Amino acid sequence: MNQELKNSPTEQSEPLLKIENLKKYFPIKGGGYFKGNKKVVKAVDGVSFEIYRGETLGLVGESGCGKSTLGRNILRLQEPTEGRVFFKENDILAYRSHEMRKLRRQMQIIYQDPFSSLNPRFTVGEIIGEMFDIHGVAKGAEKEKKVKEMIELVGLDPSRYHSYPHEFSGGQRQRVGIARALALNPEFVVADEPVSALDVSVQSQVINLLMKLKEELGLTMLFIAHGLNVVRHISDRVGVMYLGRIVELSETDNIFDYPAHPYTAALLSTVPEADPRLKKERIVLKGEVPSPANSQAAAISEPDVL
Amino acid sequence: MDKILEIDNLVTAYQGKEGFVHAVDGVSFDLNRGETVCIVGESGSGKSVTSMSIMRLVEFENGTIKEGTIKFNGEDLAQKSNEEMRKIRGSKISMIFQEPLTALNPVFTIGKQITEAILFHHKVGKKEAYRRAEELVRMVGISDPQARLKQYPHELSGGMRQRVMIAIALASEPELLIADEPTTALDVTIEAQILELLRSLRRDRNMSIMLITHDIGVAAEMADRIIIMYAGKIMEISKTQDLFDQPLHPYSKGLLDSVPRMDGQRGVPLNSIKGSIPRLNEVPKGCRFSPRCPYATEKCHAEMPPLEARGDRQVACWHVDRLLQDESLKNEIKGGGMDESGVKELSY
Repeated sequence: MNQELKNSPTEQSEPLLKIENLKKYFPIKGGGYFKGNKKVVKAVDGVSFEIYRGETLGLVGESGCGKSTLGRNILRLQEPTEGRVFFKENDILAYRSHEMRKLRRQMQIIYQDPFSSLNPRFTVGEIIGEMFDIHGVAKGAEKEKKVKEMIELVGLDPSRYHSYPHEFSGGQRQRVGIARALALNPEFVVADEPVSALDVSVQSQVINLLMKLKEELGLTMLFIAHGLNVVRHISDRVGVMYLGRIVELSETDNIFDYPAHPYTAALLSTVPEADPRLKKERIVLKGEVPSPANSQAAAISEPDVL
Repeated sequence: MDKILEIDNLVTAYQGKEGFVHAVDGVSFDLNRGETVCIVGESGSGKSVTSMSIMRLVEFENGTIKEGTIKFNGEDLAQKSNEEMRKIRGSKISMIFQEPLTALNPVFTIGKQITEAILFHHKVGKKEAYRRAEELVRMVGISDPQARLKQYPHELSGGMRQRVMIAIALASEPELLIADEPTTALDVTIEAQILELLRSLRRDRNMSIMLITHDIGVAAEMADRIIIMYAGKIMEISKTQDLFDQPLHPYSKGLLDSVPRMDGQRGVPLNSIKGSIPRLNEVPKGCRFSPRCPYATEKCHAEMPPLEARGDRQVACWHVDRLLQDESLKNEIKGGGMDESGVKELSY
C-alpha cells in the first residue's frame, strides 16, 4: 500500500552522488611475521546507493557497523579498498590529489566532537578563515567579511571573531564546526554524528540550524547518527547499516512504519520512547554485534537476529 | 511507604580556582523501598554529584558535603566515618558506572573480580564464593559462566562488561543500587538488554534503584518517579506518567519538547531551549533557569523559588499556574487532543 510514494526525492531529482560496491577493508595487525597478513576487517563491505540532490539521507546503525567509515570513504578522507564513487557522474576515486582538493570545496564534513575537532590555538576567525586560505577564495578584509557572515549564519555573534574555541559552549562550538564546513558553500555535506556529543536541550538547537541551513542553501546531506529519533526527524530517506552492509534503505516513513528487515525492526523496537504511554513490545536482540573481523559471522540470517 | 533513603538539603561543593562551587545546592528528595527513581539532567546539573555524595565518594575528588543529611535506613551517611562508609559501600548500597571498561581491573579475570567482591562481603570460602560468582553471572544473563569467569575484561564486549559490573554490584545483595548512566556508552540494542536486566532485578529482589540519566526516554521506561535537576537544583519531582502528561516546570517542558518523538511530525523545527547550561561558577542569581526561561519575570531573576508540593508532585517555579493556563488554552484550541511535538507555538 505504501509502495507508491508521493513527493519522493527519487522522483524529483537526479542523483548527486552514486556509490557503487564500495568496500573498505582494514588489515588486522599481528599474525605470522613472515607469512604476510591476509586477515582484514571488512568495515564497509560492498555498499551501493545514491544520494539525490537536495535530500537528507540518514544513515543509522550501531557502533562498529561502518557508518562513519562509509562517510569518510565517500569524501576520500580515507581511500576505499574497492568500488566507485560518482559525484555529478564523475568517478572521484580516479581523481588526482589536486583535482580532489578542488572538489573538496563542494564536499565537506561536520564532525561529532566539537571539542576535539577545532584547533584550540586558533581563533574562530582563523578556523573558518583557513577554509578560504586553503582554497584561495578570499583574502584580507574580504575574507574577514565572509567569515563574519558565516558566523552570523550559524547563529553566533560576529563579534566573537577573535574568540578561541574554549570560550564557547559545546553547542556553540558545533556551530563553529558547521560554519567551517559550509564556508565554501559546498553542495554536499557529511554530518557525522553532529549532535551526539551535545546536551539534550542544545541538540535541538543544532538540529534546527541544520534543517534551516539545508533549506536555505539547498544542501545535500548524508546524516550519520545512532539516535533514531533524530534521524527520523531530519531525513528524507534512511539507510540501516549492519556489519558493513546496508541492510535496508527506504523512505523515512517506510523504514519507521514498515521496517522490512528484521534487524531494522529490532533496532527500532529498542529505542527508549520519551513517553511512557508509548511503551511497545521490544524485540530484545540476543547477543552482541559480531566483530566485522569474524566475517563468517557477518551474514545476518533471520533466525540469528530474532 | 517505607523509605530507604531520605536526603534533606544536601549541599556538595567542589574547590575550584575561584573558591567553592556548589555542584549540588540544597537538594531534598527520598526514595521508597522497591522504587525506581530516575534523576534526569544535562551535564552540570549535579545529578552525578548527588549520587557520588550518597556514596560519599565526592571526598575522593576534592568535593565536600557542606550541609544536609543523607539518611539511609534512618542513619545519616553524611556523619559516618570513612571506615563505616566502606562497610556500607558495595554492601548495602552498590553503584554501577557509565564506562564499564575503566571500572574493571584489566589484569584480573572476571571470576577473580566477582569472587573478590563476594569474599569481601560474606564469610564464605573460596570455593563457595566461586560457586556464587557463577550464579551471579548466570543471573545477569551471561551464558556459559564457567568459561566467562576465566576471561579478562578486554575479552568481553561493552554490554558484557556492564553485566559483569552489575554482577559485582549485586554480589553483596544491596538494598539500593545506584546506576549512573549505565547504558550511555552502549548501543541501543545492548541498552535494551541492560535496562531489561535492571527491571527484572527490581521485580525479583524488590531492590530500590536510583538511575541517573540524561536520556528522557530511558527515564520514561524505567522510572516510577522522575527528578529533574538543573544547575545543582531540583526543578521538579513527579510520577513518570504525570510528568509526561503535563510537566509543571518550564525546564521540564522544554526538555521533553526538545527531544524528537518517534510519532512526531518530521522535518518541522523542534522546540528548543535557548542559550546553554550555565557553568557552575557563573550560575545566575535567582532561579537558575531564568535566563533561558520563556516565563521568566523580574522575580525569577531575583529569587530562587523553593521546591514546593503541588498535590503529590513537587516543583520549584514561580509561574506554574501561568504554564498550566497556557497549556490548557492550547489544548482547547486543539480540541483537547493529543498534542504533537513540533507544532507547539510556545517559543523557547
